[in-house]
Amino acid sequence: MSTVAHEHDHHHAPTGLKRWIFSTNHKDIGTLYLIFSLMMFFIGGAMAMIIRAELFQPGLQFVDPQFYNSMVTVHALIMIFGAVMPAGVGLANWMIPLMIGAPDMALPRMNNMSFWILPFGFALLISTLFMNGGGPAGGWTMYPPLVLQLGDAFPFLIFTVHILGVSSIMGAINIIATVFNMRAPGMTLMKMPLFVWTWVITAFLLIASLPVLAGAVTMLLTDKYFGTSFFNAAGGGDPVLFQHIFWFFGHPEVYILALPAFGIVSTIIPTFARKPLFGYASMVYATASIAILSFFVWAHHMFTVGMPIKGELFFMYATMLIAVPTGVKVFNWMATMWRGAMTFEAPMLFSIAFVILFTIGGFSGLMLGITPVDFQYHDTYFVVAHFHYVLLTGAVFSLMAAAYYWLPKWTGYMYDEKLAKIHFWLSTIAANVLFFPQHFLGLAGMPRRIPDYNIVFADFNMISSIGGFAYGISQLLFVYIVIKCALGGKKAKAQAWEGAKGLEWTVPSPAPFHTFETPPKLTKSMLEN
Amino acid sequence: MASKQRGVKKTTTILFVVTILMFGFGYAMVPLYDAFCQITGLNGKTQRVTEGAGEASPLIDREVRILFDSNVNGDLPWRLKPSLKSLKVQPGKFYDATYTVTNMADVPVVGQAIPSVSPQVASLYFKKSECFCFVNQVLEPGETKDMLVRFEVDQDLPKDVGALTLSYTFFRAKGDNS
Repeated sequence: MSTVAHEHDHHHAPTGLKRWIFSTNHKDIGTLYLIFSLMMFFIGGAMAMIIRAELFQPGLQFVDPQFYNSMVTVHALIMIFGAVMPAGVGLANWMIPLMIGAPDMALPRMNNMSFWILPFGFALLISTLFMNGGGPAGGWTMYPPLVLQLGDAFPFLIFTVHILGVSSIMGAINIIATVFNMRAPGMTLMKMPLFVWTWVITAFLLIASLPVLAGAVTMLLTDKYFGTSFFNAAGGGDPVLFQHIFWFFGHPEVYILALPAFGIVSTIIPTFARKPLFGYASMVYATASIAILSFFVWAHHMFTVGMPIKGELFFMYATMLIAVPTGVKVFNWMATMWRGAMTFEAPMLFSIAFVILFTIGGFSGLMLGITPVDFQYHDTYFVVAHFHYVLLTGAVFSLMAAAYYWLPKWTGYMYDEKLAKIHFWLSTIAANVLFFPQHFLGLAGMPRRIPDYNIVFADFNMISSIGGFAYGISQLLFVYIVIKCALGGKKAKAQAWEGAKGLEWTVPSPAPFHTFETPPKLTKSMLEN
Repeated sequence: MASKQRGVKKTTTILFVVTILMFGFGYAMVPLYDAFCQITGLNGKTQRVTEGAGEASPLIDREVRILFDSNVNGDLPWRLKPSLKSLKVQPGKFYDATYTVTNMADVPVVGQAIPSVSPQVASLYFKKSECFCFVNQVLEPGETKDMLVRFEVDQDLPKDVGALTLSYTFFRAKGDNS
């Protein structure tokens, strides 16, 4: 994307395919991450289409239950580890050095490696769908003993998780090393853009939680092949222990997906409200508190396994507590918009939709956090509706907002605003048609991860499926808009958005191959948050 | 520049160490969980005692109902049934109960029973001096066997527990490939 700038470059950087394979440039690697995650978004999305097609009507239509279950499982793994996380890392790669005035990431070679092992990880995962016994079908949570019944795909699943974990941990270490050591003089921690802050905190979450998941899946591996009994009741182990270890990783993982989204929205809303972010310091502290609290709430995913009442109460209260810093954030976003001179370009539209729809997901999360109520909702479509509101209309919408917001900086051209607005409205309407009825299905008792259902659930499922197909198709429009923007259009100024603040808007658009080789001189207005 | 590189090196080293420590923490959760269960009775595992050890305290006038339950893991071609559905016991006294097990396969099979008591809090007060679950059980093809469990309910059992369920699940023993 920065080809033009690259040709003017006096360094002897490799060209063609080698440029991408051997790249240590944060912008190239960021681009690779973003393209990769978009591809994964479509692969995972295609699986979602299969799921919704099967659920269009009661009864078994298109696929057999085993394959359906593997679609559910692999869809989740791909969307979490392949689409949302790499997209976040891609944005971090592209934008963090630009935002803090650094010439590149601190560890450029490790950066290359952390990207290039990803395609191999996903090749392993997707290859399992063609294996004897089928792909992983026990849910992305990989609970034993069910996951141990998996056929040839089992070791591939475990190694995929290992590879993705290693990649993410290296990415996280790189981000922290960059932010802690490479900031331009004068950029103190509390002067950093909020996107950088949320990513630093996310990186700490990654480093603290992913190794625990790596440990848990290693235990699964040794249980299956080396005769250990971590989770084998016959040998004195306990399958519930896996759930504890998994969710000790799993809950922070939720915030690994959500915190960068908070950072994106906190960058975009002030730009288009033309007001500084309301309550910068409280945003930083709220993000940090969410991150710390996320390590003490894991058992709310497993209220029904049988826990002492005191344990259930502790995890319920701790879960409720997270609503406080999250509420601070939502309040700050609204206060930023309050009496602002707002305009509604696509990034702003996606950000506002994020605030509203993520909050809906947050409220259903609160409902699920109430222990006695969770006994009713556990493993129903209510849970599915909840996490898709926070992850699709939350995390993915923020990524769309980020893509539109920074596309001018990446490509040097403005995207087609009219098409982008159409994309926004189609996505928003379709996503709500897709997921809102699933609340009702869940409350009525439809279980998740089942290919067939009682006829009483038929109508809402059909509505949901129609929304699903509409959402899937409208994302093709996004690809068209991105390609069109990369190829040409209205030239973007260095400061592509009138109200945009931050160092990334002081370099030309598209951002040259090398930026900030000498640290920028920061003026007072640049450091205003 | 040099100091910057030193800073990067230091940060990276610290973070790699933290990563390895957190990997270890995942494993540390195994003994932590066991200890936690031992204290709280979280996973319903029962207690083991030697009969006659410790001083017997005078019996109190209280009756607790024990319900017997049995399950067989799908991997194991066995049938398991308690001889009694339930039994009224006085806390502080030892009782015998038997389970009947049959091997339906035409090869010898080794099984291992795993006990569990519900409500979980009661598992701390359910004490066995003898149990077929203490060792692996070997059954010849078609063999039927009565197996003994000898237990007492501790007198300190919380007042609000009037009944408890003793459940056994038989699994194929580790290493049995028949």
